[in-house]
Amino acid sequence: MRYAETGINLEIDLSRGNIEKVATDPKETELYLGGLGTNTKLLWDRVPPEVDAFSPDNLLIFGAGLLCGTPATGCNRTIVSTISPQTGLMAFSMMGGFWAPELKYAGYDKIVLRGKSPDLVYLWIHNDKVEIRDASHLRGKGAIETAEIIKRELNEPRAQVAAIGLAGENRVYYASIEQGRSSASRGGIGAVMGDKGVKAIAVRGTKDISVARPEEFLALCNEVLEYIKYREEHPIPGVMPILAGLGSPQEMKIHDEKWHTENFMWGNSRTRRKGFWTEEIEKEWTETMEKARTRLISCFNCPMKCGATISMPGLPTYMMKCFTKLTYTMAAYSDLDFGLRIAQKATEYGLDGFSAPQVMAFALELLENGILSKDDFPGMPEDNEGRFFYLLDMIVHRKGIGDTLAKGTYWAAKEIGNGAEDYAHNTIKKHEQLPLKLSMLNPIYFLMYSTGEKINITQIEGQFPQAPFPSREAREEFVKDWIQVPDEKFKQYFLDWEPRGENSIPYYPTVQMTCEIVDWQERMHYIDDALGQCAGLSSFPLKPPYHIHNYPKFISAGAGIAMDEEKLTEAAKRYRTLVRAINIRRGMRRKDEKPPENHWKHRFPELEKELLDTYYKFKGWNEEGIPTKETLESLGLDYVAREFLERGILSDDETAATDENREAVTETANQ
Amino acid sequence: MKKRTIKNIKIDVDKCNGCRACEVICSAFHAVPKYSSNNPARSRIRVIHDPLRDIYVPVYAGEYTVAECAGRDKYVIDGKEYDECAFCRAACPSREEFKEPDSGLPLKCDMCEGEEEPLCVKWCLVDALTYEEREEEVEVEEEEAPDEIEIGLETLINKHGLDKILDTVEQLAKDKG
Repeated sequence: MRYAETGINLEIDLSRGNIEKVATDPKETELYLGGLGTNTKLLWDRVPPEVDAFSPDNLLIFGAGLLCGTPATGCNRTIVSTISPQTGLMAFSMMGGFWAPELKYAGYDKIVLRGKSPDLVYLWIHNDKVEIRDASHLRGKGAIETAEIIKRELNEPRAQVAAIGLAGENRVYYASIEQGRSSASRGGIGAVMGDKGVKAIAVRGTKDISVARPEEFLALCNEVLEYIKYREEHPIPGVMPILAGLGSPQEMKIHDEKWHTENFMWGNSRTRRKGFWTEEIEKEWTETMEKARTRLISCFNCPMKCGATISMPGLPTYMMKCFTKLTYTMAAYSDLDFGLRIAQKATEYGLDGFSAPQVMAFALELLENGILSKDDFPGMPEDNEGRFFYLLDMIVHRKGIGDTLAKGTYWAAKEIGNGAEDYAHNTIKKHEQLPLKLSMLNPIYFLMYSTGEKINITQIEGQFPQAPFPSREAREEFVKDWIQVPDEKFKQYFLDWEPRGENSIPYYPTVQMTCEIVDWQERMHYIDDALGQCAGLSSFPLKPPYHIHNYPKFISAGAGIAMDEEKLTEAAKRYRTLVRAINIRRGMRRKDEKPPENHWKHRFPELEKELLDTYYKFKGWNEEGIPTKETLESLGLDYVAREFLERGILSDDETAATDENREAVTETANQ
Repeated sequence: MKKRTIKNIKIDVDKCNGCRACEVICSAFHAVPKYSSNNPARSRIRVIHDPLRDIYVPVYAGEYTVAECAGRDKYVIDGKEYDECAFCRAACPSREEFKEPDSGLPLKCDMCEGEEEPLCVKWCLVDALTYEEREEEVEVEEEEAPDEIEIGLETLINKHGLDKILDTVEQLAKDKG
């Protein structure tokens, strides 16, 4: 008997309309856990590097995390994996909400989509019954609207629907998949769904998910709930409100936006507005939010209330969480009222709330600087906010300049030329990032941004504080009940971390310490992404209820896989390395591993080189960032090593790629 | 004297965040063996959920009714029409709710017998569900006896008319006095 998982994947060939239920190998779960781990294995096995995002041979995988559907609190994430049209690399975006548990209750761990449907369709999965249904009547409909129509026509109010909007249908490179209050936004996976001709996937399940050792598993869940209550009563002192508690950043709840509005850049990552947050603004924005927000809401089996229902006068209701609250506002130099209005439309269109506003601001910057002309924007309104609504429509409909902008700032700048590339200054691996331009290089973040395969500079951080605490006393207080550390040494690293002087950034934490901290934070995220656990109760906040010491127990009691910290660490390292292997096979190299050039004002090229060199070595990668043969074999990834050798990515007699090989690889990647 | 415990789950729909943890733990608790499986479709509580219309109503299962009820009124909440059925606590022949999904047998909330409080309440950290328990002291003879007499008298009144009964009682009182 399979525990926690169903052991069945649903394989759908959209070109032929073929549906298969495929039993999976429990050994794979032991090696790769589930969710992101097993998604990655499928992509490695079945999507060679010659296959691009919009090829019928690209797979789009909806994977429920290993513990989704069990009573594990906050474990509800769907991990959607594919090849990104924007980066050409692996994308693994995740959504919370209710969809993944429902898929489990229907009897499946994953839906694997391949091929392309000739007509627009939606999938209806109701336990054993799986149908591909006509969606021509849903063409052009909003993502939320689509979900409502489908539930009505199926007469299944309890069905969970993941859908794309017009952006996905029109293959906008940063199109999202929306599901109720959540979305899988990063990496353009909505565009791949649209390319495959799938408007939505509706699912309803009424079957059981079993756990291996019930009493033990429930006791662990109760411990987590007790801890959540404890943390509610004991917020972390001395850090900003969004870091003091648990959950995904509580943007819907808090009104004090001084930190975001004054420390993040406005426009397309252009200006910092110190002194912006006045009493008057605070009052106005608080009123806007209070009026718009109907209720604070949660994902499946989670008490955290990170999302909210938003109703702006005259507009349909939608749901929102986190930073999209501010992205449109800050891109347009406008106010919260505008931000919440345009986000309603953008959510229906199904767009990534990080990329879309930046692309629009980028277009207007090009216009202001004479790189684009008025003729490129025929019929554009004069007013600032009107221009953003205009651009949103142009992009989503791929009209005129919108067709170019639909590819994101990196590709758009290349197409536009004429100096446009200087304005596309906020991407990592061709993907738009949070608008941050800071002063002093931070070694921890330098490494996370450079080497993070998620290609997203938010929610890759976590269990180690983002900055030193000002006093030794405060630090001592902090480490007292810091049970989450995988090793006591991290407490000392933190105790000795000073805001100024010898033990301050960029040279402290030392290079070695930085590598260990980044590795720990990354490990926790990768575990979450395989289990389907929301980072908001685990890898993202300080002192979370889930950590490396109780996770093995959850997996043992839940999935019945004998697990300890060492084995779990190795499993996470295995599929983390496999994600990298996919990207390496697609041509990613050291040259791609860098934050935006102007992310920090004060840069330290030698230190940065040392950080990257040391981290690569620490991870068992060669100086190009390629996992070595020894590393791959030690993780049981012999098949990757073999292929790297065959393709000349690694050579037989040494661990580091020669310059000659590198050139050959680059050539292959460019072909 | 006898003590009777009245158990109740108080529902505050304003506090519900729609997470359905109540459904999760309910179905786990009632699995055999206990906690061995999870399936909200077997839960004895469910959250009626319509986020875009801000409808969040946890409902827990009541008595099974063998027949459909006569009343099928419509309720309009925030512009959307709901069948009365949607919010009903009973399992009945005409609806799927509160029935085992495979056997169709009705389910009823048992307040998680043996636990300190129903587990849906324990798992509802947002306090949309709270447990109320009060003990009522009942004097068995005094309370139950009048009930019986009352029922008996009422039956007699129905049969012979009030005046006749009053006359008879008067007659009997005189005889005994």
